[in-house]
Amino acid sequence: MNTSAAQLRERSRALAPGVGLSLARGVAPLVACLVLAVALQIAVRPLMGDYAAKLVLDIGVAVILAVSLTIVNGFTGQFSMGHAGFLAVGGYASGAVTYYGSLKVWGSAATHGGLLSGRPMSVDPSTLPLIGSGDLLFVGALLVGGLTAAALGLIVGLPSLRLRGDYLAIVTLGFGEIVRVCIQQTGPVIRTAAEAAQVPAWKLATSVGGALGFTGIPKYTSLFWVWLIAGITIMVAYRLKRSTYGRAFLSIREDEIASEAMGVNTTRYKVWAFVISAFFAGIAGGLFAHTLGVGLSAEAAGFLKSFDIIIMVVLGGLGSVSGAALAAMVVTLLPEWLRGKHVGPVDLSQYRLVIYALALILMMIFRPKGLLGVAELWDRSLWTSLAARLKRLAGGKGGSR
Amino acid sequence: MDQLLQTLKDGIAIGSLYALIALGYTMVYGILKFINFAHSDVVVLGAWLSLLFARKLEAVTGWGAPPWWAGALVLILAMAACALAGFCIERLAYKPIRGAPRLNVLITAIGVSLFLQNMGQQEWMFGTRPANIPALVNDATLFTVGRVNFTLLDAAGVGTALALMVGLEWLVFHTKIGRGMRAVSHSTATASLMGVPVNRVISTTFVIGSALAAAGGFLWALKYSQIKQTADTSWTLLGLKAFVAAVVGGIGNVRGAMLGGLAIGMLEMFGAAYLWSSMTDVYVFGLLIAVLLLRPGGILGKAVVEKV
Repeated sequence: MNTSAAQLRERSRALAPGVGLSLARGVAPLVACLVLAVALQIAVRPLMGDYAAKLVLDIGVAVILAVSLTIVNGFTGQFSMGHAGFLAVGGYASGAVTYYGSLKVWGSAATHGGLLSGRPMSVDPSTLPLIGSGDLLFVGALLVGGLTAAALGLIVGLPSLRLRGDYLAIVTLGFGEIVRVCIQQTGPVIRTAAEAAQVPAWKLATSVGGALGFTGIPKYTSLFWVWLIAGITIMVAYRLKRSTYGRAFLSIREDEIASEAMGVNTTRYKVWAFVISAFFAGIAGGLFAHTLGVGLSAEAAGFLKSFDIIIMVVLGGLGSVSGAALAAMVVTLLPEWLRGKHVGPVDLSQYRLVIYALALILMMIFRPKGLLGVAELWDRSLWTSLAARLKRLAGGKGGSR
Repeated sequence: MDQLLQTLKDGIAIGSLYALIALGYTMVYGILKFINFAHSDVVVLGAWLSLLFARKLEAVTGWGAPPWWAGALVLILAMAACALAGFCIERLAYKPIRGAPRLNVLITAIGVSLFLQNMGQQEWMFGTRPANIPALVNDATLFTVGRVNFTLLDAAGVGTALALMVGLEWLVFHTKIGRGMRAVSHSTATASLMGVPVNRVISTTFVIGSALAAAGGFLWALKYSQIKQTADTSWTLLGLKAFVAAVVGGIGNVRGAMLGGLAIGMLEMFGAAYLWSSMTDVYVFGLLIAVLLLRPGGILGKAVVEKV
């Protein structure tokens, strides 16, 4: 009956997993991600053509974006429509760091990557280390991009998250537009190291191309980096969902007033969701900016891009990490698959967005929680209930219900 | 002085357009409590249909100069077609999910918007290139103050917008269906219990809102003569600004939408004339955020406290 604090502490210590186990739980998925990403780059990449590799890379970036938006739109039920704004901010910030960083350190914007990243074309791969000196700059730049986006997420989130659903949607949409307009006002890119040396640092940060787009960013993004980060994003999002934070997020989503009555500081958690989501979107932006063949321009912040990400989140399941990842894959692959497909005289690839739009509307009518709802692909209950339903359909004696 | 007058004139011209479009947002929001994202696409539909009708009319009558009734006829045709479109949108997409969580309705609205945008892009619809609408009004200068010309086109635009707004005001406050709208907006359940035909009222709201949107699109086409492709982002921005106008004036409030439209038009024009012209979007969204923080109900609306 009269349990003292000391006894309680004792008991909770006895119940807590050992240091070794929790360490293993924490580190094992990270190691697995790392190993898989290395294997993808070293063993699988040479087997793929450039086209397939670019697709897999695009999928990875889309996965990061969709999963990060799931934290806000799926878990917390706040409808952010300005995700592309964070993407663009992260892309420009990290692009500026690698571009001007390279100019300052090496005097040119050529890549100094290793085997695992974008490497200079002319160099014999057998002489390269796994990780080049440029990769460190790249990782730093990604972090800068993520943190810049997160800071912006905080600035946007603090005032606007006091707003309810629809207004938040409009404000975030407006935010994306403001980012786009502001990027268009920036100055031209400074091309030579000598010029860059004469210009103060704050001026470099605003010399990112303006309406012409930011060209010349060294191309470090590789399958390794993209899928390593995609894995980490999925892991963080999933663990977040299962943590006290995640439960607070979901409670806000289900009923904001009730969760506030239960003592959840809703504004604080909403801002947190926004900041975390913006951070990963910023990193995805950094990866996007350093991808070969990508021209970074202010259009990356436009709402068409935001809509694309929203489609992934909604179709995959509002609140499902694996669902969002799956939908990101499908939404990225669909246009490729539709290319050149004809039904009679109709060219299907023209109808890509019409198909998405119809899918959204039909999904909302027939399965409003999205494909997976809050369930994950690896939840056993998802499969047992599916099996039960199939059994019922096949005329069996009924499932578990 | 001339610049001030010119800016004032431009502000009123664009502001009355925003007001016209804002009415559609505010009516739907007032009754169904969601942002009809597809509204801006109905505006686009109105603009493009005006173009098609005008071309047809030009081909049939073979006019040298447009007769006085050409504009009115095109306007009425476009409004009728868009009213039909609005009716179909409500019945097919929004009605099945009435009562669903707000987020789902919002997503559906985005879906409808994307659908309309991308269907319009198809070659057999309006295609992917901008087009020019034939002149429907003989543009003449009515009078000149200082160096500012007031043209027939300006007058026709503002006049049409004003007439439609007065008509709507009368409809909402002096007719039976208007009373129904106000009742449903107050409480759908109670209105339904009192014998208000809720479905019919909602359909009527969409029909009227879409007709006004078509008028907005028509006037927009008349004003700028070039019509951008349906998925052009400028259209979404136009819709957003009109929505901001509705929020600034007080969402759900018909007079507020007019006031907000004028406020946004003025803000944009004065901002462009006296501050940086490329930042007009930033001023508009800045105003939105300021209004939402300081007076969430808008200028004429009253703040609503969410009850359990």
